[in-house]
Amino acid sequence: MTEQSETIVQEPLWKIKLRLWLKEFKRNWALFRERKIAIFGLSVIIFFAVFGIIYPLYPTIMKNVFWKDDIISYETFTPYDPIIGFDPNIFDHPSPPSLVHPLGTDPLGRDVLSMVMYSTPREFVLGITAALITVVIGTIIGASSAYYGGVVDTFFMRLADIVMLFPSLAILMVLSAFIELTLFRLALIIGILAGFGSITIVLKAQALTVKVRPFIEAAKSTGASDAYIILKHIIPNILPLSFLYMMLNVTGAIFTEAVLSFLGLANIRMSWGVIIHMAESSGYLMGSSIGTYWWLWVPAGACITLLCSAFYFLGRGLEEIVNPRLRKR
Amino acid sequence: MLKFFSKRIVQIVILLFIYVTIVYWLMEAMPGSFTDKYLMNPKITPEIRQNLAKQFGLDKPAFTRYLYYMKNFLKLDLGISFSYFPKKVSSLIFERLPRTVFLFVTATLVSYILGYNLGKRAAWRRGKILDKTATFVGIVFWTIFLPLLAIFNIWLFGVILKILPLNQFINPNVWRETNLSAQNIFLKLLLNAFIFLVVMMISLIFAQRVKTVAAKRTIVLLSAVVTLSVSIILWTSTGLGIYALDIILHMVLPVFTLTLYSFAGSMLVMRDTMLEVVREDYVVTAKAKGLPDRVVRDKHAARNALLPLITNFVISLGFTLSGGIITETMFSWPGLGRAYLEALNSQDTPLLIGLLVFTGIFVLLAHLIADVLYAFLDPRIRY
Repeated sequence: MTEQSETIVQEPLWKIKLRLWLKEFKRNWALFRERKIAIFGLSVIIFFAVFGIIYPLYPTIMKNVFWKDDIISYETFTPYDPIIGFDPNIFDHPSPPSLVHPLGTDPLGRDVLSMVMYSTPREFVLGITAALITVVIGTIIGASSAYYGGVVDTFFMRLADIVMLFPSLAILMVLSAFIELTLFRLALIIGILAGFGSITIVLKAQALTVKVRPFIEAAKSTGASDAYIILKHIIPNILPLSFLYMMLNVTGAIFTEAVLSFLGLANIRMSWGVIIHMAESSGYLMGSSIGTYWWLWVPAGACITLLCSAFYFLGRGLEEIVNPRLRKR
Repeated sequence: MLKFFSKRIVQIVILLFIYVTIVYWLMEAMPGSFTDKYLMNPKITPEIRQNLAKQFGLDKPAFTRYLYYMKNFLKLDLGISFSYFPKKVSSLIFERLPRTVFLFVTATLVSYILGYNLGKRAAWRRGKILDKTATFVGIVFWTIFLPLLAIFNIWLFGVILKILPLNQFINPNVWRETNLSAQNIFLKLLLNAFIFLVVMMISLIFAQRVKTVAAKRTIVLLSAVVTLSVSIILWTSTGLGIYALDIILHMVLPVFTLTLYSFAGSMLVMRDTMLEVVREDYVVTAKAKGLPDRVVRDKHAARNALLPLITNFVISLGFTLSGGIITETMFSWPGLGRAYLEALNSQDTPLLIGLLVFTGIFVLLAHLIADVLYAFLDPRIRY
């Protein structure tokens, strides 16, 4: 008897937790791997992450390969800068893709590939920040309004009703009139607007099913405080669902940013939406020129669509892990 | 039931007032005002500007104006637009509402019918090629950058294939010879579409009563063909046919783009509910009885999976303004979404507030209707 208790004590708690977690992770990973679509989404996201990370190398390498011979130009011009770059060796911008500019240049003589690469990490930051804020707010409010009920519940549910009434794009357009919508502020506003909206209702419904389970009663009877129960017992159980909603919200945030930039309402120096806005406002997306100047919109548009759908695919894959009713029998 | 709905209506009224208040103060917080636009205009002297401000009530403190607005709002008066001066906001909205409604109701209907059929089949043959392609293509279009899709479609169908007009609502060359108003023709077209919808619904209800599949199909097809040919004959005999056709041709591209963009939403909802329904015992029973596969799918499974789709449909109808901004701007379609963007650019505050409030009422009504439909369609739900 004594031996047994000693062996239990000897193994530290975190090790057991880690082992349990690893086991869970392996099981879910096996489920996840069955979904080809989710794997596709994940690999696209990884591709974009790598694509964004290697950006700083691109201007340096290109400049050293193509501009080394001309020493004066090498020191005065920054042809691969995504914002202020200009290539003086090419006479008419926008120029089609060539060896020097793999995706051509835009009407201002900036390198398109450089702009696309430069924007990638920013889109990630925007999407993930917005989604994280949404999920943190939604999870905490959903869990606590399910746990406390009564006034707290009524207040937050009615608040969600009001927030859901606002068409988010229309409100962001109004906000752009008196707030400088920089990348971080935009993420904050999108996150907060979405966080108090429908996500709280979904997560509250999930939290209600957790609340009636016996371990909550057990925790209460051992004298756990409300905050402890919410943080340690309810939230971990609704976390998978919130994670799923986070993936879907990343898509929404990136799309919203792109639309606002496209309409010229956001205050962002460079993003995929800005690239298309640039092409559109200087008249290259009208009539037949859209086919001629394809490099001005195809790369940025494809990037927006690919990254948005990648997060959505990942979310769909996760949905089957979170929601066992959707699994194959 | 009655208690639930009276409670719900009281809730809606309170929500609406809070919503109007927030919208009002949000607009009030915007810097500058309508008269500031004329600051640099030498023809408009400071006196005129003061008079203008006085006329629009901009000289009074904001809170007084808010009280005035609420008083007028109670009388269902949304005020007078600044940029279209003597016109009332409500008349502007009702002038543009039919266009947006027609465009979006058509697009939503088409995409939900497509989504229902695809979702049903995808779930029934789960993991097969149709399921995989439909999900993949659907999600790609669902997350595509909508302005770009619009531009691409305009380019493909308008410039390269030259079969559809690029944008706008009407082609001026066609309308030059006549003194008909486009709005008039458009309203007639809307009425025609509505009658067609009603006839189709009645024929569908009749079709339920008939026993064989062939008879059902004949009834539906016959009524569709008869209504269509009658309306075509009516249009051509009055000589208004070209004008109606002109408007319809201008509608095809936006409807196509919107359908492509949004069919996946309904398809995925249908697929997911269908996957849950397929496991129910009564589906297994129906299969065990030896019923044909299609009958089990359409009658036993799909009908029970329809509920979330219908409520989704009603709620999505409420959100026409927000989705309308992008599409209507890209296709220069003079509807509510474009009016919103124009009002925002010219700081026409009453019109802005009016449009947002109007959508708010629309969305709230849609939620109420969704609740009623839920109780009506699912006998297990009782309020």
